[in-house]
Amino acid sequence: MAADGSLAMSGTAGVSAGRANSLQRFARRRSTIAFVMTLPLLVVIVGLVAYPAAFGIYLSMLNRRMTAFAGTLNFELLFESETFWMVAFQSCFFAITAVLLKASIGFWLAHMLHHIPNNRQRKWRGMLLVPWVIPPALSTLGWWWMFDPSYSSINWLLSIISVPEVPWLGHHWWARIAIIMVNVWIGAPFFMIMYLAALKSVPEQLYEAAAIDGATSWQRLRYVTLPMMANIISITVLFSLIVTFANYDIVRVLTNGGPRDLTHVFASYAFQVGILSGNIPRGAAVSLFMFPILAICAFFVLRSVTRRNKEQM
Amino acid sequence: MSATTAGRDTPGIYHKAGSLRAERRWALWTAYASLIFAAVIFLAPPFYMLITSLKTSGEIAGMAGNPWLVRDPTLENYWAILGNPLFRQFMLNSIIVTACVVALTMVISILAAFALARMRFWGSQVLATGVFLTYLVPDTLLFIPLYQIVGGLGLLNSIWGLVLVYPTLTVPFCTWIMIGYFASIPKELDEAALIDGASWPQMLLKIFIPVALPGIIAATIFAFTVSWAAFVYPTAFVTTPDNMPLTIGVVSQLVRADTFAWGQIMAGALMAALPPVVIYAFLMDYYIAGLTAGATKG
Repeated sequence: MAADGSLAMSGTAGVSAGRANSLQRFARRRSTIAFVMTLPLLVVIVGLVAYPAAFGIYLSMLNRRMTAFAGTLNFELLFESETFWMVAFQSCFFAITAVLLKASIGFWLAHMLHHIPNNRQRKWRGMLLVPWVIPPALSTLGWWWMFDPSYSSINWLLSIISVPEVPWLGHHWWARIAIIMVNVWIGAPFFMIMYLAALKSVPEQLYEAAAIDGATSWQRLRYVTLPMMANIISITVLFSLIVTFANYDIVRVLTNGGPRDLTHVFASYAFQVGILSGNIPRGAAVSLFMFPILAICAFFVLRSVTRRNKEQM
Repeated sequence: MSATTAGRDTPGIYHKAGSLRAERRWALWTAYASLIFAAVIFLAPPFYMLITSLKTSGEIAGMAGNPWLVRDPTLENYWAILGNPLFRQFMLNSIIVTACVVALTMVISILAAFALARMRFWGSQVLATGVFLTYLVPDTLLFIPLYQIVGGLGLLNSIWGLVLVYPTLTVPFCTWIMIGYFASIPKELDEAALIDGASWPQMLLKIFIPVALPGIIAATIFAFTVSWAAFVYPTAFVTTPDNMPLTIGVVSQLVRADTFAWGQIMAGALMAALPPVVIYAFLMDYYIAGLTAGATKG
């Protein structure tokens, strides 16, 4: 370390032996200090994330009253239940559709923002990020009111162009669409901001070179913008897949799983089974099903992030 | 491009140059059209919440005319909700929980990020990766075991239980972006301080914190918005109205089965959403820096 060296050099030559000793002590002290400083973080990570995760696995293997070990019984029972497969389908359908929509809308809006003059971007960006800023549970409450069967203001707008009334939360397919709509509404601004930042970091020379070579705007997008943004696109999409897959707020506020448990996702079903019905082991088993998918996503996010770090260094 | 193709393209160049401006203008118009369209969609729900909150119950129930307009605006819903002791209790709970969590988070993450960014020690690289991985663990995966743990500590239905678990939402991300900010501070600065005989705490307080202040503000804003908006944990851990923070309080207590006081619900939701929105309005650049730092810094 340069810092230590400079300290040693500032000492006089006569006490070099004592210096080395105190230097050693210094180094030792530094790692002790470092350990003490990271201790609270370790407590949070180990005590509130790692331990609960392990405890969750243990819980999922208990019987209903949590008195005896039941092995994989909870998982077997879940595999046999039709509701569970419905939940699995709905979670995947919801997460994949919502993330694809968010990413494409975000990409589109980022491009549109990038096109307008720089001094006006701030204002537009500020307005378009509002859905992301409002706490999701509260804005979903507003959406719920807009979907209200008898007072729906969306249906009122649709009736102007003579579209028949839509049973937003009454029919399960419409309810699924409504949940996706709200999620996209909340999440698209996030993608927009991320992609705008990425777009701004693409060197202008690349576009100039492409223009000189006679590239069309589609070719510029395909061969310049997309490769330059590939990493950030994969990071945001995978990250959002994790968050969307584990989403709870929207389903809880909008449908609470209804109609007939057809709009439950893993998180809300785990809540329903584990906390509301009091079958904690079964609930823990349900929420554990999120784990493999999240682990796969996390692995790829981490890989993209490290790759990105290396590029920037 | 070879000379022959360039020669063949020569007439085309003039045509292209002429259309370039038109193309740019067209692109600008599409840009504005899409942005306006998006802004209308994005702002419609909060706008409709605002409109509803300004209506009397009679006007909401009347269903006459355009629901997107208000005929005689009134603030009575706001007075009613502010006069509601339960709502004031939610507000107080939210403020206490958020203040504690933000303070706790910032202390934990600044100390840890300083150590991880500057003092290489055994396992520091693994720990940094671990921080990022815990950031990727969603709260819905952990709430059932945490429910048991918090219950075991006797902290269910207490705001202190929330103060205990919220750091899982905020600390990993804040530490992560603080590592990025601290790592970007030039090493020469701390070397100079070491030569001048500064101790580690002095170095942190007098150099790192002032220099990385924008990052600290961004992290604080993140911690604030996340703990203000947290929903899964309070929904699971708090069932007594007196101990609920705003999010679950507004969603579960103001929405009563038969008599929907929609004006009041919307007024309550808007007021609950106000603090993050105000902070966003004033500190937008920091907010966005924090948002993008997660992916671009680290």
